[in-house]
Formats: sequence, C-alpha cells, structure tokens
Amino acid sequence: MKNYMKLEIAAISENESFARSAVAAFALNLNPSLSELSDIKTAVSEAVTNCIVHAYKGKRSPENKIFIDCRAEAEQGEGVLHIDVTDFGCGIENLDEAMQPFFTTLSPNERAGMGFTIMQAFTNSFSARSVKGEGTTISMIKKIGAGGKEELNA
Amino acid sequence: MKILTTVQNGILHILLDGEIDEYSAATARHQTDRKIDECPPCDKAYIDLANVTFMDSTGIGFLIGRYKKLQRLGIKLYVVNPNPAADKILSLAGIYTLIPKA
Ligand SMILES: Nc1ncnc2c1ncn2[C@@H]1O[C@H](COP(=O)(O)OP(=O)(O)OP(=O)(O)O)[C@@H](O)[C@H]1O
Ligand SMILES: [Mg+2]
Repeated sequence: MKNYMKLEIAAISENESFARSAVAAFALNLNPSLSELSDIKTAVSEAVTNCIVHAYKGKRSPENKIFIDCRAEAEQGEGVLHIDVTDFGCGIENLDEAMQPFFTTLSPNERAGMGFTIMQAFTNSFSARSVKGEGTTISMIKKIGAGGKEELNA
Repeated sequence: MKILTTVQNGILHILLDGEIDEYSAATARHQTDRKIDECPPCDKAYIDLANVTFMDSTGIGFLIGRYKKLQRLGIKLYVVNPNPAADKILSLAGIYTLIPKA
C-alpha cells in the first residue's frame, strides 16, 4: 500500500493541534500503537511550532504558510511514515548549533531548546535542510512496527 | 487549557487540564502565575499533569518558567501524574533533576 497526504496551513498557533492530529489520523492506516501515534504527534508539533515561532517569528501574515507532506508505505504489516514539514521563513544559519540540546534563540526562561532533540528521539530518521532567508524543511521517518498489530489484535 | 488550584497544608496544587502547546501556553503561563501570586505562603507546589492529554517542548518551557518563578519565592516545585507520553519527554529533557516527580 502506498498513500500520501499534503497539507497547507496558515502559520498560526491555532493550527498546531489540527496539524498534529491530521498527521496522526493519516497514520492510522498503518496500525500504529498508541505510543507510536503519540511520538508522531509530538514530533509534528515540534516542527510546526518552530515554523510559527522561529521561521515566521510569530507574525500572523496570510503569506506565512506551512506545508506538511506525508507518505505512507505498508508491507506485510510493517509501516513507514515519511513526514516533511516546510516553511519559507528566515532559515537557520547554523544547523549544527541549532540542533544542540538546550540551544534556543528565544528566551531561555520560557523555552527549553529541546524541539530538535525531541524530533530526533521520537522518530527513526531525521534530517533538516535550511537556507538562510529562504526557509527550512524538516524530514522525519517513523517506522510503524509490530507493536501496533499486537495492540490491534489484542 | 483549564487550570484549577487549591492550597492544602502549605502545598499549592496546580491541576492543568487540556493540551500544552504554543497555542495554549500563553494562557497557561498567565493564569498559573496569577494563581501563584495570589496564593497564601506555601513551601511546596505540585503541578498535576493527570489531565494533560498532550504536551510538547513548549510544556517543558512552561515548567521551567514556573520553576524559576517559584524558586524566587522559595517554593519547591514537583510534577505529579504525568501520562506516559509526558513522562517520555520530561525524562528525555532531564526535567526531573530540576523538578522531581512526587
Ligand atoms: N523552522 C525554523 N526556522 C528558523 N529557525 C528555526 C526553525 N526551527 C528551529 N529554528 C532555530 O533552531 C533553534 C532550536 O530549535 P528547537 O526546536 O530545538 O528549540 P526552541 O524552539 O528554541 O525551543 P523549544 O522547542 O524547546 O520550545 C531555535 O531556537 C531557532 O533559532
Ligand atoms: Mg522548538
């Protein structure tokens, strides 16, 4: 089975819950376990939040858009979900530095700097492409294993 | 996001209800801080996550922010009842060394 889904949303925080729930709903065909679903939601939420608060700096302009591209593949009960989250915002000058745990360019009083660390820990593959002044694409792959099947058959 | 607070035996209980993300964080911060400012003298505060159905790194930032505010007031902060998903990100971020689980 091969499936895909494309989502274009305004970069406003009202859409965060919708975006992570939409990706989770799309993933349901792969029979994920509850913990796999929760990992997917969290990773998507991190990527989408970063577009809103960093890429577009919280500016609520109709031009500020987030694109979410998902592809699902299933073979003999093993599923793979590809998630790409793209913005055309400010871009990241130094990706290595941005990826460091606890690194944040916003106030460390209210921000943990853990978004990238969480995306990496909650997915099976993670990569980022960014060009300063042009935008960023985060690509994540989540494998949906036998855990989901067991839960469904239980 | 709904917030309910009670004070019992010198402990401020803060019960959060809903999802903590960038959208809800501003309200959660504002309301929790007001409850902290209004509360009678306490030695401890518990943030109860039992009814928090979703939380991302914004939630970690929220907890760190409240920890710092309470620390200035001499109040020790604890986290109670995180669900498995919240527990996973709090452990990953090493939050329990700062804000222990009670
Ligand atoms: N889409 C993006 N566009 C521009 N800059 C970004 C983007 N995503 C991340 N960054 C930069 O990378 C840094 C690290 O991101 P990360 O998500 O790890 O932490 P944070 O967003 O600052 O804090 P937290 O996610 O814990 O709330 C950010 O502070 C920001 O400078
Ligand atoms: Mg982030």
